[in-house]
Amino acid sequence: MLELRDLKVAYGGVEALHGISLEVGEGELVTILGANGAGKSTTLMAISGLVPLKAGSLYFRGERIDTLKSHEVVARGITQAPEGRRVFGPMTVEENLKLGAFTRKGPIPQALWKRVYELFPRLAERRGQMAGTLSGGEQQMLAIGRALMSEPKLLLLDEPSLGLAPLLVKSIFETIKNINQSGVTVMLVEQNARAALKLADRGYVLDVGHLVLEGSSASLLNDPQVKDAYLGSA
Amino acid sequence: MDFFIQQFSNGLTVGGIYALIALGYTMVYGVMKLINFAHGELFTLGAYVGFTLLVSFNFTGILGSALGIGVAVLLVSFLVALAGHLLERVAYRPLRRSDRLAAVVSALGASIFLQNAIMLNWGAQNRAYKADLLPNVTLRFLGQSVPLTRVLIFLTAVAVMLALYLFINRTRIGMAIRAAAIDQGAAKLMGIDVSAVIAVVFIIGPALGGLAGLLVGLYYGPINFGMGQLYGLKAFTAAIIGGIGNIQGAMVGGLLLGLVESLGAAYISVAWKDALTFVVLILILVARPTGLLPERVAEKL
Repeated sequence: MLELRDLKVAYGGVEALHGISLEVGEGELVTILGANGAGKSTTLMAISGLVPLKAGSLYFRGERIDTLKSHEVVARGITQAPEGRRVFGPMTVEENLKLGAFTRKGPIPQALWKRVYELFPRLAERRGQMAGTLSGGEQQMLAIGRALMSEPKLLLLDEPSLGLAPLLVKSIFETIKNINQSGVTVMLVEQNARAALKLADRGYVLDVGHLVLEGSSASLLNDPQVKDAYLGSA
Repeated sequence: MDFFIQQFSNGLTVGGIYALIALGYTMVYGVMKLINFAHGELFTLGAYVGFTLLVSFNFTGILGSALGIGVAVLLVSFLVALAGHLLERVAYRPLRRSDRLAAVVSALGASIFLQNAIMLNWGAQNRAYKADLLPNVTLRFLGQSVPLTRVLIFLTAVAVMLALYLFINRTRIGMAIRAAAIDQGAAKLMGIDVSAVIAVVFIIGPALGGLAGLLVGLYYGPINFGMGQLYGLKAFTAAIIGGIGNIQGAMVGGLLLGLVESLGAAYISVAWKDALTFVVLILILVARPTGLLPERVAEKL
């Protein structure tokens, strides 16, 4: 469904991705692991068209998308809930969700509202509240809910667990599983490697801009290198 | 009391004009974080295009006062909007990914270019709107007579601001403009074409600024190619007083500044009129460094 071929990204002459190739199949839940600065977020931003490529190409359902503008990428069905949530703080929860559906033509169907509010009942309770006044967990729900409003085929999630209490992480991850099972392909970037691998079908490991490992979640969970570097020697 | 009402109504009218210009600064700043230094010249352009339509082409003579000025208002807004759009395409869009300073220098260059282009086209001497473009009628208001021109200009400014407020808060494009002003990157992730949003802002802002130029011509009569400097500076001040980036702030700041200036000139000293503007700016910035209604910054991690 999504294919990255030898993707290189540089920030002002400093190369952050040194040629990444990976694939995500239809319906899969794939995770990308790595430490801070490994290039995980850069990879997602490159897919969304927010950072220019230095080399390489991106294909989505057979179409080359690295030449598209970011809003055209969203229109193709790739939506991202970015790192740090980036909800529109001075706007209400409902306005944020409406913005998520910006690429839709015509009115937002009731069923879509219902779906998002059923996944995140908290958002329904707070629909009139300014997004900036929500707690971190609620903002994360909003970021994901907002992304779902575009009815994406591929959902990119950047560190949804960041800064959340363990109980909340569990519930967010269950929701992600739910979303995936409803037919949305998910690409999940995480530092919380254990939780991510338990959820995902497959995983890739990035290290300072290189792809160093890939495999099924089970094999990565048992990989001595992964255990040592990302899971803590348990 | 008579004197006060005259000065107060004059202050509101001038303030309405400042507010219209200030909206252009604040909207562009909100979305691009760039001060459009050429905005004052777009205002001047509006005054001159209005002059050509109303005086040279004698719109009011041909179409009558009401229709003539109505058509002039629409045409001036349209033509200055077009100029603003071209300005964005030529002077700002190519520098979107460059250093902030490059865009500022480009803005200053565009300002000088426009000012000279206006001078070469319309001449360096003062031009004047004829005094009989609007019927010289006074309205009775609270037992006082207030000129019709003054009332019409104020009502026009208020109507335009109300329309803008509804556009920004009630429409899909308005919502996209607000989102892009809060977080451009996140707006792009929502599928908003931020380039298109910037283009829209560079059409609305200049349209309002150009209209303000026409209103100044109608209100005072004489216009000159350098008038955009002082009006621009004052409107910019109004935008900062209100909290740059905030649309309601620009409206409040503009009206406030007009009132301070008018009442200050009346009760303190005419000679100190322009200085008062900046005294107010300094006082407000000391008390509230982000302006009266600060731009609401998005929560960032």
